[in-house]
Amino acid sequence: MSEALLTGIGVSAGIAAGPLLRIAAAPALPAPLPVTDAEAEITRAEAALAEVVAELGRRADRASDDTVAEVLRAEALMADDEELREGVREQVEAGHDAPHAIDGAFAAFREVFAAAGGYLAERVADLDDLRDRAVAVLLGLPMPGVPAPGHPYILAARDLAPADTADLDPGQVIGLVTEAGGPTSHTAILARALGLPAVVACPGVLAVPDGTFVLLDGASGRVETGVDEAGAKAAATSAARVAAAAPALTGPGRTSDGYEVKLLANVGSVKNVRAADEAHAEGIGLFRTELLFLDRAREPAHDEQVTAYREVFAAMAGRRVVIRTLDAGADKPLPFLNQDGEPNPALGVRGLRVARQRPAVLTTQLAAIAEARSLTGADVWVMAPMVSTPAEAAEFAAAVHDAGLPRAGVMIEVPAAALRAADLLRVVDFLSIGTNDLSQYTFAADRMCGDLADLLDPWQPALLQLIGVCGEAGRAAGKPVGVCGEAAADPALAPVLVGLGVTSLSMSPRAIPAVRASLAAHTGADCRRLAELAVAAPDAAEARKSVR
Amino acid sequence: MPTRTVTVGSASGLHARPAKIFVEAAAKAPVKVTIRSGDRKPVPAKSMLSVLALGARQGTEVILEAEGDGADEILDSLAELLSKDLDADHV
Repeated sequence: MSEALLTGIGVSAGIAAGPLLRIAAAPALPAPLPVTDAEAEITRAEAALAEVVAELGRRADRASDDTVAEVLRAEALMADDEELREGVREQVEAGHDAPHAIDGAFAAFREVFAAAGGYLAERVADLDDLRDRAVAVLLGLPMPGVPAPGHPYILAARDLAPADTADLDPGQVIGLVTEAGGPTSHTAILARALGLPAVVACPGVLAVPDGTFVLLDGASGRVETGVDEAGAKAAATSAARVAAAAPALTGPGRTSDGYEVKLLANVGSVKNVRAADEAHAEGIGLFRTELLFLDRAREPAHDEQVTAYREVFAAMAGRRVVIRTLDAGADKPLPFLNQDGEPNPALGVRGLRVARQRPAVLTTQLAAIAEARSLTGADVWVMAPMVSTPAEAAEFAAAVHDAGLPRAGVMIEVPAAALRAADLLRVVDFLSIGTNDLSQYTFAADRMCGDLADLLDPWQPALLQLIGVCGEAGRAAGKPVGVCGEAAADPALAPVLVGLGVTSLSMSPRAIPAVRASLAAHTGADCRRLAELAVAAPDAAEARKSVR
Repeated sequence: MPTRTVTVGSASGLHARPAKIFVEAAAKAPVKVTIRSGDRKPVPAKSMLSVLALGARQGTEVILEAEGDGADEILDSLAELLSKDLDADHV
């Protein structure tokens, strides 16, 4: 392939050079062949199923996450099934070749599952995946999904779903590029969590032939194809050296002239605390409590909540932990809240709004947080998601103080809240800006809609302006204003946010060293100047350029 | 033939993790165990796809059957497993 330059949105900084490999597509069924030896055909089909089971087992063994391993083992169990083998045998005996017999045997279950609806209908995708895998084995093609060639490569896909990447091997995948997706898509979040350079919304990348050597820049969003291999490798090595120097810098976040900016970690459970410590996080800026509630038919009881919160608080004794009360609804529906049927969930009863209908969920959670705090020595701050008005903030602050908790804050995710930041700070102790949702609501652009990725760019000047309103209110009130969205993880954006008045940045632990290094390279005056330039820019691309 | 009628106890029904635990236990049994719900055809309890296809929810009645040495003991232990809330065990 000749040299070409593709451009997308850089969502995770870093340079990667290597061959590009696509997620393998599901194989099409070949034209049917006559069966001459039925027993041999059955053996061939059963061997293909056995290989699928073995492959899923190997992936489960490799998976570092227990939940992922369990999902893979459950999938393996569905392919290692005597009734399925019996179905294959019947199909072959009726004259179908191995690929069609496998397709037919799965189809019988597929029909039952699809007709049952609900949970079973969702498993139809699993059945199709297993069939595609077995057919790929029969045809000598790679199994659909993330390639595992045994050497480093850059993974290309239309977009990545959590299932594709659950057991992605960071030893082999050195960069990500997707044709669709946006700055808050799963691909972007995963890339930053794994520290992989990544570019999303990159049109044309799927037309690049498999194995083409490419150079990917996760900061600028550039993907160069047909580059000189030696030169590209040298560029990647020198970039890696710069990145490797960043962790050498430890200690509290500060600008080169000593203005302190707390660098905090986003965590979902005590499992993430170690990564936060390795990155020298000064505390937790966002402790998401949804994990405990997901997939639950009933609300977790007081004691169970105390245990989960206490683990994190104890690990962070003496440091700040900002815990967010339940952020349910929209993309995170919870069975026990019975939220089915909202015509527009992102604009429906979510976050703190759940307390309008179910106040006990909030009071139970606050009581559990208070008890966990009293058992540990962490500096616990509590904040509510999805707050729109000072009245909501005041009511939440009262509930927090009634529970015996000293510090109450609110998230800024709704433009109405950002515009009234000064009023909010009269009734709460701190603000934390959730840039992902604030983008979504400011630009009226669904976070899940890849076609609108450009609108969700955290460099959009209008978004930065709203952050500036909050920062200004914080300065005037002498109260902290943090950012805990994905924007906080962008090293180039960090000085801009600080210039806008942000006093803490909370992010995936892996992103902390690069952000720390970026702040240390700027003075407080630099930050304010860059912030003015970025807000004054006509669009996101110009805002990025203006701070270079 | 030894038979047990059990009400599914798992909150999410005989799906996902509870189904996996049940099927794995049935696969270890030395005798062939079948499971059915209502008037439908009995299916092998060690077939994950067939057990899922029952679509049994919490509160659904299912019937276990087995024949041979130790059938009663096996049915007792599988029936106990089904009646428990296997989702609750997880936490």
